[in-house]
Amino acid sequence: MQPQISERYLPEKDSQACGLFGVMNTAGERFGGEMAINAMVNMKVRGNGLGGGFAIYGLYPEYRDYYALHIMFERHQLGAKEIVDEFLADHFHVVYDEEIPTNKKATVLNPPVVWRYFVSPRQHLEEGNNLSDDEFVVEKVMHINTRIDGAYVFSSGKDMGVFKGVGFPEEIADYFMLDRLYKGYIWTAHSRFPTNTPGWWGGAHPFSILDWTVVHNGEISSYGTNRRYLEMFGYYCTLYTDTEVMAYAVDLLMRRQGLPIEVVSRIFAAPMWDIIEHMEPERRELYKTLRMAYAPLLMNGPFTVIVAHHNEMFGLTDRIRLRPITAAAAGDFVFLSSEEASIRAVAPRLDLAWTPPGGEPVVARLHTKDHLASLARAV
Amino acid sequence: MFSHLLPEFLVERRSDRCIKCRVCERQCPNGVHHYDTELDLMFSDESPCVGCQRCVVFCPTNALSVYPHPTTYRPNASWTREKLQDLKKQAETGGVILTGSGNDKPYRIYWDHLVLNASQVTNPSIDPLREPMELRTYLGRKPDTLEVEVCGDKVSITSRLSPNVPVETPILFSAMSYGAISYQAFVSLAMAAKEFGTLFNTGEGGLPREMREKFGQNAVVQCASGRFGVDPEYLNSAAVVEIKIGQGAKPGIGGHLPGEKVAANIALTRMIPEGTDALSPAPQHDIYSIEDLSMLIYALKEATNYEKPVSVKIAAVHNVAAIASGIVRAGADIVAIDGLRGGTGAAPKAIRDNVGIPIELALAAVDRRLREEGIRHKCSIIAASGIRCSADVVKAIALGADAVYIGSAALVAMGCTLCQKCYTGKCAWGICTQDPYLTRRLNPEIASQRLVNLLRGWSHEIKEMLGGMGINAIESLRGNREHLRGVGLEGWELDVLGVKGAGE
Repeated sequence: MQPQISERYLPEKDSQACGLFGVMNTAGERFGGEMAINAMVNMKVRGNGLGGGFAIYGLYPEYRDYYALHIMFERHQLGAKEIVDEFLADHFHVVYDEEIPTNKKATVLNPPVVWRYFVSPRQHLEEGNNLSDDEFVVEKVMHINTRIDGAYVFSSGKDMGVFKGVGFPEEIADYFMLDRLYKGYIWTAHSRFPTNTPGWWGGAHPFSILDWTVVHNGEISSYGTNRRYLEMFGYYCTLYTDTEVMAYAVDLLMRRQGLPIEVVSRIFAAPMWDIIEHMEPERRELYKTLRMAYAPLLMNGPFTVIVAHHNEMFGLTDRIRLRPITAAAAGDFVFLSSEEASIRAVAPRLDLAWTPPGGEPVVARLHTKDHLASLARAV
Repeated sequence: MFSHLLPEFLVERRSDRCIKCRVCERQCPNGVHHYDTELDLMFSDESPCVGCQRCVVFCPTNALSVYPHPTTYRPNASWTREKLQDLKKQAETGGVILTGSGNDKPYRIYWDHLVLNASQVTNPSIDPLREPMELRTYLGRKPDTLEVEVCGDKVSITSRLSPNVPVETPILFSAMSYGAISYQAFVSLAMAAKEFGTLFNTGEGGLPREMREKFGQNAVVQCASGRFGVDPEYLNSAAVVEIKIGQGAKPGIGGHLPGEKVAANIALTRMIPEGTDALSPAPQHDIYSIEDLSMLIYALKEATNYEKPVSVKIAAVHNVAAIASGIVRAGADIVAIDGLRGGTGAAPKAIRDNVGIPIELALAAVDRRLREEGIRHKCSIIAASGIRCSADVVKAIALGADAVYIGSAALVAMGCTLCQKCYTGKCAWGICTQDPYLTRRLNPEIASQRLVNLLRGWSHEIKEMLGGMGINAIESLRGNREHLRGVGLEGWELDVLGVKGAGE
């Protein structure tokens, strides 16, 4: 149990609107960043230049067995890097590390130093805990984020990474040279329109823990309920954003409790009681129980979210569809986006484009056509 | 002994309007009004008047006014009229001063210092007239995790679940026993709960047999210190079983239904001889500790085959958070907390006015403690005492309640005017009396309609407030203190409530 200060002193939650884009090659072929970057350019008005970011899967095939830590250090607090290096050396085998190369000509404001480490956990026996490697990494990431001033972990999964910062997404892409240096089989992207101006690179999206990334557009009116429920399971919010709540909820339900997205989507965007009443008895019982048991994780108010982890990308919008999402497919590519126009801008020849209804997930899985399941229910 | 007491109310009759129809005389159970046949005049003796306003409402020509008696002692901020009167009353009788209904003293009402949020720009408000807006609430213990089995498209739940009871609106009727209130009032509550899809609470006076089949599924049946009317059929006829430990109006003390109220049907329902006093001891004599409570909880679960949630009702006292935590750990599925302003049919005034803490603070403290201990989902919380309107309900839920109990509000809907004379058994409105001449006044068809109307009106208002906040299901408001702000509260009060000040 974390010692509690009065909730009165907790920071105000961020509120923001955003543009989202995700593209996956379901055959697992890696491709460059042009589509994701250009799609974000097409949706420029959905952001205001105060945050942009990308998550890429299949990023480091040569290090696929190691956790890839992307860690940012504030330039005025470079001492933090020494502390982190020492901390990492103490808890991990660091097989390789380097500064993430950047384009010095790019126009971004006040960029931090971003470093990547490829590590494997070195669990001390004397610590006496038998955490799984994943839990161990989560714990250490939480330590760096909450205890080491001036350092923040962008991402911590294997064979994936998050690049993000303050600026329009294309500026961030240019800064990290995403279009030239990297390839992946999933790209998700985010453009931010916050109503406040924290100007902090760690506050941009995607938000990530292990190999899970979340890009999110919305303002969850159930935030307080969701946050307090998650605290009971050891998730303490440090950023006070809806995205963080969403990411922790996904982690709790999908990674820790092992529920499939098809079930989790019915928790986040539960069907109305009136609809549940009219289901056949078995389904009625299932949906009733899900809603009853996980009522505090109902995400109320407008949201669209694109969540990715290895082999899977899914999009979901709230149950009364207060934020947009469009899905499309072309060959092995599956697209999710805030706007259909941005998909058509980067993939003019689509096989299909459809609008999933509120609460219906679109799930793209490697080597399957699962995304077509949502097509039947499209509006 | 010659009484030194001043009358409490002044009765004014406008002779130009009075038609001497004698309605007031028939309506007043206290003998205030009197018709003199020889003089053909109506007279009033104000000294027994309790200010219930029955005669005023029923006077066909609006000839009557009843208001607090202007006669007063020399004004004194410390020695108020009420203090002097009570003191004189005791000097004349040597007794304990009794009273009814809830604490009427000016303790801070936190509901009135909390304001609600609404959506502007960054997220849309939702119009409940055009979009679904859900108030259904499930009361009972929720699992830590749900184990599911996925076979292709089929998902089935493999976890063992605790019983939960749905209510269509998060408003339940508080415990008011048959015996304390009239059969008509008791049936009215049951009828309204059934019609609206919520629950009423039998209190500790049992559930009359003829009501069990029809209303059992909307009943919370109490098992209190007197154990009146408790048998397996009673327990199994109900939706929820509630162990009553305490009551907000009189924490730490028991109850006493005088023998003259114990008529045949009440005696039968309570399973005691007709005409004997029904005494509820202060504690439950088989519960002197938390492990004893646990044993009773599981005894009741055994008796009901683990098919019904078991609730434990306590009065809000100083260390209520720790007590509530113990109750949840003892196996309760619902914790009902009754605060400082909770009502009663009869309580010593000294207790009612001085013992316990406000429900708003108690509720916030309990919700926070249970969350800190990671057991909030293991129980539902029902908050009671001084809920006066739909906004109070919304604020209670945002502070962490799953639902609220309303007692006084329900009685007022049926006719009660909070005259606080429930303990006299002479309720002019036919609610808190067993006198057939008076109880006949309450028609359950009409009284239950008033209650249903109240629930409907409040539910509509709750939906409007939810929609304004951009929420379309009540569960997303539960414990969501981001939607509350305090106005005019001190730092420590905001800390306990876990609420920011307005503008913070």
